[in-house]
This record gives sequence, C-alpha cells and structure tokens, in this order.
Amino acid sequence: MKILAKTGNEAMAYAMKQINPDVVAAYPITPATEVVQIFSNYVADGEVDTEFVAVESEHSALSACCGASAAGARVMTSTASQGLALMHEILYIAAGNHLPIVIALVNRSLSAPINIHCDHSDTMGSREAGWMQLYCANSQEAYDSIPIALKIAEACGVPAIVSTDAFIISHCMDRLEVLEDDEVQKFIGEYNPKYFALDLENPKTYGPLDLQDYFFEHKRSQIDAFSKVLSTYNKVAKEYEKLSGRYYPAVEEYKTDGADVAIFTAGSTADTAKEVVDELREQGRKVGLVRMRMWRPLPVEEIKAALGKFKAVAVMDRSDTMADFGGPVFLETRGILYDLDKKPIITDYVYGLGGRNVEIADIVRVYDEISEIAKTGKVKKLVTYLGVRGEE
Amino acid sequence: MQQYFEVRWHGRGGQGAKTAALLFGEAAMETGKYIQAFPEYGPERTGAPVKSFNRLSDGPIRVHTQVINPDVVVVLDASLLECLDVTEGIKEGGTLLINTQESVNELKKKLAKTEGYKLAIVDASKIAMELLKRDVPNTVMLGAMVKVTGALDWDSALASIEEKLNSKFRGRKEIIEGNIKAIKRAYDEVKVA
Amino acid sequence: MKDVKVECQRLMDWQELAKGCLIQEAATSRHFKTGDWRSLRPVWDSEACIQCLFCWITCPDTSIKVEDGKVVGIDYEFCKGCGICAEICPPKASAIKMVREEK
Repeated sequence: MKILAKTGNEAMAYAMKQINPDVVAAYPITPATEVVQIFSNYVADGEVDTEFVAVESEHSALSACCGASAAGARVMTSTASQGLALMHEILYIAAGNHLPIVIALVNRSLSAPINIHCDHSDTMGSREAGWMQLYCANSQEAYDSIPIALKIAEACGVPAIVSTDAFIISHCMDRLEVLEDDEVQKFIGEYNPKYFALDLENPKTYGPLDLQDYFFEHKRSQIDAFSKVLSTYNKVAKEYEKLSGRYYPAVEEYKTDGADVAIFTAGSTADTAKEVVDELREQGRKVGLVRMRMWRPLPVEEIKAALGKFKAVAVMDRSDTMADFGGPVFLETRGILYDLDKKPIITDYVYGLGGRNVEIADIVRVYDEISEIAKTGKVKKLVTYLGVRGEE
Repeated sequence: MQQYFEVRWHGRGGQGAKTAALLFGEAAMETGKYIQAFPEYGPERTGAPVKSFNRLSDGPIRVHTQVINPDVVVVLDASLLECLDVTEGIKEGGTLLINTQESVNELKKKLAKTEGYKLAIVDASKIAMELLKRDVPNTVMLGAMVKVTGALDWDSALASIEEKLNSKFRGRKEIIEGNIKAIKRAYDEVKVA
Repeated sequence: MKDVKVECQRLMDWQELAKGCLIQEAATSRHFKTGDWRSLRPVWDSEACIQCLFCWITCPDTSIKVEDGKVVGIDYEFCKGCGICAEICPPKASAIKMVREEK
C-alpha cells in the first residue's frame, strides 16, 4: 500500500492513469480542469497508452467518447457543471446505446448567476439520462470509485458518473491510499465488449431510427439493464473491499442503531455530519446518519431498510428541483418510503448552493429540529433553506 | 469531537499561500499525520488577498468545512493587516505568525485583537531577498511555522520539504539549497513577542 | 435471401431485442424492399442512353444497375420512383422517362 498526498482531482486523474483507458476525449472546465490537465500530462509523458482527443466542447468530448466506445474502446472523460449540461444530449445517446463510458465529475452549480463552487445541480439535473451515479464523500472514495464504476459500467452496459464536491474535495489535498497499477488492472480486467462497431467480420449499426413500433421496447430493455446495476454494484464493491480493505455500500448507515432520527445526505457533508453524530452521541442523543452514495439507480430497498426505522428523517439536498417542493433527494425519498406501513416524518433542508459553507452548527441545528419533530410529531416547515440570509 | 490542528494562511495572489499550505500538508503527512490542505478560491489575481488552509490530525479527517477557528494564522504579507482582520477566529492560545520588518509594538497598533494568542514575527521577505534573490516568503515561512507551533518534527519536516522542492525544481540545486538555507534561517530568526 | 420482412410480421417483445437497437447484421436495408412505394416508374431507353452515369451517381437509393461501368437497367425492387434520374438525364439524350406505375 502506497500513501500519497493528493487532491480530489489528482486522485481521480491518478485512478484514470492506473486504468489506462484506450480513449479519453475531454474538454477542461473549472473545477475539473485539473483532471483533464493531469491526465493529458500522463499521456504526454508516455505513462499511459491512451489516445487523448482534444476537442472544442464538452458536447464534442462526449460525442467522441461515444464513437470510441461504440468502436470497442475503453473510454473515460471528465467534466463539471456547464460541461455536463452541454453533454446532456449526448448523455442519453451514450446510455441508450449501452456505451459503458465513465465520467470523473466534479459537482459544481449551474449558471445563472455564474458560480464555480459546489452544489449537486449538475448531476441531479442529469439523473434521468440513464447513467449510474456515485456521489463521493472524500478523495479516497473518489479514487476508489473510479475502477468500481468502470467495472460495473462494462459489466452492465450502463455508463457511469463518479462525482466529488467542487473545491471542498476536488482541490483539497488529503491523505490517499493507492493500489498498485497491476492490482487495478487485475481488478478491472481486460475489456472485451460483446459487440463493437469496428468488428470488420461482423459489422454493426449503432443508433438507427427506431419509431413507434420498437422504441418503447428498446427503452424497456434499457431500464432492465439498469435494474441489474445495483446487484452488480454490491458484488463489485465486495470484491474491491477484498482488494483494498475499503468497502462502500450503496447506502451507508452510520450509528443508526437505536437512533430516533437521522440525516440523509450525500457528498462531503455526509463525512462532516459523521463528526456531528459522534459529538451528539457522546451527549446521549439518539441520532444517526444515512449517506446516499448511489443515486442512480435508486437503491430502493436499501433506503427503505435504512430510513424506515426512524421517527423522523431530515434530508439534506444540495440542489433544488424548482418544483417549490424541495430538493430531488427529498422528493424521491418520500416516494420510496410511501409504501411503508410505518414511515418516518421527512423534512427537507436545501443547503450549500453555490458552495455556501455548511458549518458544524448548521448540521447540529438540523439534528435539533428533527429531534423536536420526532418528539412532537409536528412539522413547522417541510422545506427549509439552510444557511441562506433572510430565512429563519 | 476529534481534535484538529488548523492553520490559516494569508497572502497575496502570487506569493504562494496555496503552495505553502500544500508543502506544509505534505510535510505533516510524511511525519505520519492525516492532513488536509486547501485554498479558498475566489477571483484570484496577482496581488489580491488570498487564503489557504490546513487541517491536521492523528486520525482520519472527516470534517470538510472551512477553517473557522485556526490554531495558527500565518501572514505572508504584512500589508494585509491594513485591509483585513487576520486575528479573526484565532483560537484561544493560538499563534499569529507574521512576515514583517516592523516591530511588535508597531504591529499591535494594526491588529484588531492583541490578547489571547501568541504573536510571532520574522522578516521572511528579507531572508528570501538575500538567499533567493526574490521576495517569495512562502517556503521561508515554513521554517518559522514549524518552530513556533511545534506541530511537526523539524528533521522529518525539513527532509520532506527538500524532497518536494527537488521534484518541483527538478534538481536545480541552487534553488533547492537556497530554499533550505532560508527555511533554516527563518527557523532560527523567528521571534515570539 | 430470406425474407426478413415476413419473419418480422410478429413484433418482438423487449426481452428478445438486442440492447440499444443495435443492428448486428450488415446491409440490412437489402431486406427492406421499397419498390412498392412507387407511383411513377422510370423507364430507361438503352438506345438513347449516352452512359454519362449522372443517374447512377444521383440516385438516392442506388437503384441504377451498372455493370462494367455501364448502365444496364433499373432495380425496381428498390426504386421509389422519385424521378431524380429522369430529371438529371441530359435533355439531348432523354433516356429516362417517368411513366405511371400500373400494378
């Protein structure tokens, strides 16, 4: 085991280097610029065999990735925010064609107003595109998640996004435990796609016109491929644990035993909240944390099992649906828990938009309020905007 | 809650506040610590006030918030005292380390808060000008920093910094040796008021 | 060549389909005879033809049959009767004329 000091971006680029993909087509964007820049250095220094395609936009980047992936290559790219938004059209094309591309993504807010800092609006806005989504809490997890995601993507024919929080993780140097290159190679295995366009003996057509008679059937089969992602994930995550000693469940429970209330959140905030849970537990408070790591596909049964046992749950959403009804994690979690006979009261805290710092005190406040709700059964405010001036 | 050792670096764009935090972080990691080193990103331009941070611990660090109550504040450019309160949030019993040619008494007139922490000064710019021929106080300040905080083992920190400089300057001896000499001099010359 | 069109009379269930509408066979358009779309039929006059091959290069359905570099006729299994060949045929030759299709 090697220990390195690396930022989140460096960690993801390092994982890409160890994977040594056939093709990377990318266009740099803050705060994921470094991933592209560092990886292109690896290419220039001959440390990888990758064909690096410099393009003129993210739309072109993912288009080139689709072409390369359809041709049978192992393909990766990196982007953030507006870049993912510009890829939006092609996200569906990659997914619809079952091209197992992996994006090393940094979560950043979407304009307007212009902002370069963290929130989850970019990936949350792409959650219907048919990509697996893994939200990482720190750079170690980001590093570990890249080979995990690649392996699942290739096994299921589903593309994947691995994301970290802008600046908070992407630009924070942290202690990182890395695997040896050959360990990573052995873990991901050789990529031998069953079908590929550049098979000259058996040529294929990708992406033909598909109308009323068959489009729906093909979409149904795409959803079916997606339904296999979670079980594959569970298997691959265990395999990775054997290799690295680090295990990441799709839905992570932290000190939930005997807890009355829990926060349900993702990304770096979940890591910070663990410290708050420790502190409150020491004071004898019955609080726990559930971290959502996978948000596509939705780990429905895991979420029911994790959250169903509490009296009250506070979802912390780092984006908003503009439905005037809270954030996406809140809305979907309510949907998941609807069928439970005994379900917790759920409220939403939309927080941290545009990189607004979330402080320990903010998280303590959420635990205080949710504990009060559990005690009284009364919800004063279903959706709270946390840490914004002019709000209570 | 887990105890962290937290540092805030103040500088001006181009003075290497970010590099200082990264070097300090890496040096701390070499001594067996868990570390975080991160800059505060905004509209940075050469000369604009910038900040960067460190968080050190003996165990894994899970907190990803900004540093609010630093144990140590390092000021790379004393002219920043005119435009911002560098003592903001400084922990009781903490340390404020300033690169300055002014005396402690003069400095105190410019500080919003003068009690409850340890004030340390060193003329890192002078050392840098003499040994590196450029006003780059960031690495120099690392020497003073290690001395006044006692946060790291001096020998292993110095070895780590030398190694990092070696890979950064690709073996350009005069730069590496100059930096190491400057760091050692700051270690010796830093004064605690 | 087997007639896939007949085989496909029964629309398949989603479980039977290749993922992503992937077509695993080359040149499948050969199975899809578009000749019955035609309401006007190009008639080629071999005597009048000056072998300029304009019709061959402009036909959107590659339905001008060519052998040894010479036009030999029209492939009515695929010709949709668009009339581009008749339009492009040089007036001094006028070797292709569109006539009403009679089935």
